[in-house]
Amino acid sequence: MQITVSVNGESHVRDVEPRLLLTHFLRDELRLTGTHWGCDTSNCGACVVRLDGVPVKSCTVLAVMADGAEVTTVEGLAHGRTDADLDPVQEGFMVCHGLQCGFCTPGMMLTSRALLDRDPAPSAATIREAISGQICRCTGYENIVRSVQWAAAKEAATRDAADADTDSSEALA
Amino acid sequence: MTAIGEKGVQDPSVQIHAAEETPRGYGSMKRKEDARFVRGRGQYVDDVVLPGMLHGAVLRSPLAHARITSIDTSAAEAHPKVHAVITGATLEGLGLAWMPTLSQDTQAVLATDKVRFQGQEVAFVVADDRYAARDALALIDVEYEPLEPVIDAKRALEAGTPVIRTDKEGKTDNHIFDWESGDRSATDAVFAEAEAAEDQLVVVQDMIYPRVHPAPLETCGAIADMDPVTGKLTLWTTTQAPHAHRTLYALVAGLPEHKIRIISPDIGGGFGNKVGIYPGYVCAVVASIVTGVPVKWMEDRSENLMSTSFARDYHMRGEVAVTRDGRIRGVRVHVLADHGAFNATAQPTAFPAGFFGVFTGSYDLEAAHCAVTGVYTNKASGGVAYACSFRITEAVYLIERMVDVVAHDLGMDPAELRMRNLLRPEQFPYQSKTGWEYDSGDYPHTLQVALDKAGYQELRAEQADRRRRFADAQRSGAGPAGTAGEPVKLMGIGLSFFTEAVGAGPRRSMDILGLGMADGAELRVHPTGKAVLRVSCQSQGQGHETTFAQIVAQELGLSPDDIDVVHGDTDQTPFGLGTYGSRSTPVSGAATAMVARKVRERAKIVAAAMMEVSADDLEWDDGRWQVAGDPDASRSMADIAMAAHSNLELPEGVEGHLDATCVYNPPNLTYPCGAYICVVDVDPGTGAVDVRRFVAVDDCGMRINPMIVEGQVHGGLADGVGMALMQCIAFDLDGNCLGGSMMDYLLPTSLECPSWELGETVTPSPHHPIGAKGVGESATVGSPPAVVNAVIDALAPYDVRHADMPLTPAAVWCAAQGHPLRPDLGIT
Repeated sequence: MQITVSVNGESHVRDVEPRLLLTHFLRDELRLTGTHWGCDTSNCGACVVRLDGVPVKSCTVLAVMADGAEVTTVEGLAHGRTDADLDPVQEGFMVCHGLQCGFCTPGMMLTSRALLDRDPAPSAATIREAISGQICRCTGYENIVRSVQWAAAKEAATRDAADADTDSSEALA
Repeated sequence: MTAIGEKGVQDPSVQIHAAEETPRGYGSMKRKEDARFVRGRGQYVDDVVLPGMLHGAVLRSPLAHARITSIDTSAAEAHPKVHAVITGATLEGLGLAWMPTLSQDTQAVLATDKVRFQGQEVAFVVADDRYAARDALALIDVEYEPLEPVIDAKRALEAGTPVIRTDKEGKTDNHIFDWESGDRSATDAVFAEAEAAEDQLVVVQDMIYPRVHPAPLETCGAIADMDPVTGKLTLWTTTQAPHAHRTLYALVAGLPEHKIRIISPDIGGGFGNKVGIYPGYVCAVVASIVTGVPVKWMEDRSENLMSTSFARDYHMRGEVAVTRDGRIRGVRVHVLADHGAFNATAQPTAFPAGFFGVFTGSYDLEAAHCAVTGVYTNKASGGVAYACSFRITEAVYLIERMVDVVAHDLGMDPAELRMRNLLRPEQFPYQSKTGWEYDSGDYPHTLQVALDKAGYQELRAEQADRRRRFADAQRSGAGPAGTAGEPVKLMGIGLSFFTEAVGAGPRRSMDILGLGMADGAELRVHPTGKAVLRVSCQSQGQGHETTFAQIVAQELGLSPDDIDVVHGDTDQTPFGLGTYGSRSTPVSGAATAMVARKVRERAKIVAAAMMEVSADDLEWDDGRWQVAGDPDASRSMADIAMAAHSNLELPEGVEGHLDATCVYNPPNLTYPCGAYICVVDVDPGTGAVDVRRFVAVDDCGMRINPMIVEGQVHGGLADGVGMALMQCIAFDLDGNCLGGSMMDYLLPTSLECPSWELGETVTPSPHHPIGAKGVGESATVGSPPAVVNAVIDALAPYDVRHADMPLTPAAVWCAAQGHPLRPDLGIT
């Protein structure tokens, strides 16, 4: 079947077997190997990507189901190549040691990004709930929670600074 | 008392380190490897694609024990995308149908005569892509003649039980080994006294440490690339021990060792699962030889859980001789060790039960003895494969569970009982009754720090109150649900105090298949003062690229950012035995410090030549060689490095450059310890356990990167919660694996884990160059008994003395009703 999938803003047209899993489409067809595969049964979440903004486990989504959709993978989180271009979630994971072997990390970060997009100041319990469909074998989760909190705090500070700028320019006007 | 409000919300007083500015040596800093991981640019084996690469898949046995009467591969071979089908018969022709294990046994690569566990490898298909390879598996027709499986380890040695290893000539039973440790007669004498004396007693408890699987998120796999022209095999593979694997492939396959290159790229978690050599790897190598192109094999999750190294499966009887006032005199242990169908445990040769001999734990005993019997069953092979420090997990669980059983029987507080029996600081170095020399520790202090941190007395007061309310509810007839709709949950407090023995090991006593357990290191300082360190150990997430750079930085006064760490490629690194048993920092880390010190001494000679002074007049100060008493006369390592590569005249016999190599042979193991306290709430109506708090005070000696150390502890604590409450690879009596997917083999998520509360004490190892002791497995070893002790403590109103892991809601509920489950078999 021919499908057209936009991945991280770039459109790809491919002829694929109907049974091809989205995770294999991303990994084998597009060579975007940041999306991992860990369990086959939708338990581990190493394969999480965003499908039209919603975190999904790409091991249980067929590539053909992504036809016409926008997919975001870990490769699409940063805006560029320098450290300054990293998403705050990526930074948070580095500063708070939210990863060890790195295998669950892309999925954890995409779920966290989606969480912060809808809830900019989540409680620790909310973060734990959000990532509870995913498994990390290394970190014991505590530092993942802290990483997401760090990102939320950074984004809040950025918003506050932007608001202050707006306020001061309004005051000047 | 530390207050934790909403579950998962961390009290601000809890110690935690995040990355700071890069230090010039030790300290919490961002990990160097994370830059690629957060961008999705790590490179795991399955991310590697080689030109012309084919894909392999393994056909596995659906039966636990059966004779193979025929294998018909013709339909699979006719599949248009299939290039080859390899069976045991193919391998027999090459002399590769069987391979040696890490325990001097043999293991079938592809079954020829019989299958001996469900999931055993029977055939290997090579095809254009992974989907086609799996399609073709369905086209292979294997005829089996079912045989009676041996599943219950307790039946393995009974007369009339089928013999599993009929391939071994003259084998008439399922016995593997008998091993003992300690002084049997001295121990028996202590127990005889205790039985006879009125002021003493003998406490006995049977317990199972059930079979579990490490389940790293990345499964095992390999890409074999045999170059038909040069005859060189490059094997990209998920291995924690690349150099050991190279030597083993040379021995197994008869390939010349210099023509084998093992590349272990980023590894998605190991925990011991990636120590052994699995049949799939060997099949990939054979397939590459047969097809002349690279062949990739990656197992799926069920294959990983059902066929690769399991861990534990120890059926133990513990006995403790104790005075009625709480003085533990002796410990006696009998173990039935289920090793599965092949004895493939990974441990030093002289230690068939690993380091289980450390079962005397952290206590000052008069005598101790253990006897371990290993048996074959129709289950997957393995045995030492899950952050266990060579079976110290089992040893610590045994002793720490026994201490709580003793406390139960004596009616004594378990903290007080431990405090009364712990080794005292002045007893170190301590010669244990089973022959281990504990290097250092201040156990009472470490325990006290944990008790204070937990607010132990307040917790006990809260528990007493809770028990009163529970009893009131019971009396009022409201039952476990309590009155007024408010359920009264039972509160349990569990302790454990562990001693680990890690960093294997001294060459004189420890080897794996004849390879002594020393590690090499090689350091080159380039002319501009940037350095490359090459080590043999292999990170699976431990952060070696950062920690090892920090060790060099500390020794040479460089920034860790200026030091690259090369690992995971046997063509680029010196020989060493790899990363498992928490041995990286104790052994390779020591080699790193020693090689850096060699460079520093060479730099001293160069600095003396630069300043035209005697080297004897120089002192090392804050990262520079300085003329004693003259801070203005000094040279930095970068200055010295350039001079060392220049035409500066050096003293007679001194070579230029700043490169060095060394091999570190540990004089002893290192002995980390820790005190853990777990607080649980148990719903008596459902048996559900909620881990409310977990306090972990670890003493791992010097901490190079505190942030990384804490991360290691966090992960191990989650493992402990998982093993104590959820994880189990059970079997039904037909030999069907009941934990063959993540739907059935339950791993802890963020909801089962509390917000860990860590603390530390620091007792540097006296014999390690930087005083470090290793920490990777401490929490996995130490935490399961704390969780189990907490649950059993919670069930005190039901007078439960013991129940086996995993303490699932069903297991807890059944234990409370007086009908404990047997977790290893799928029967009740």
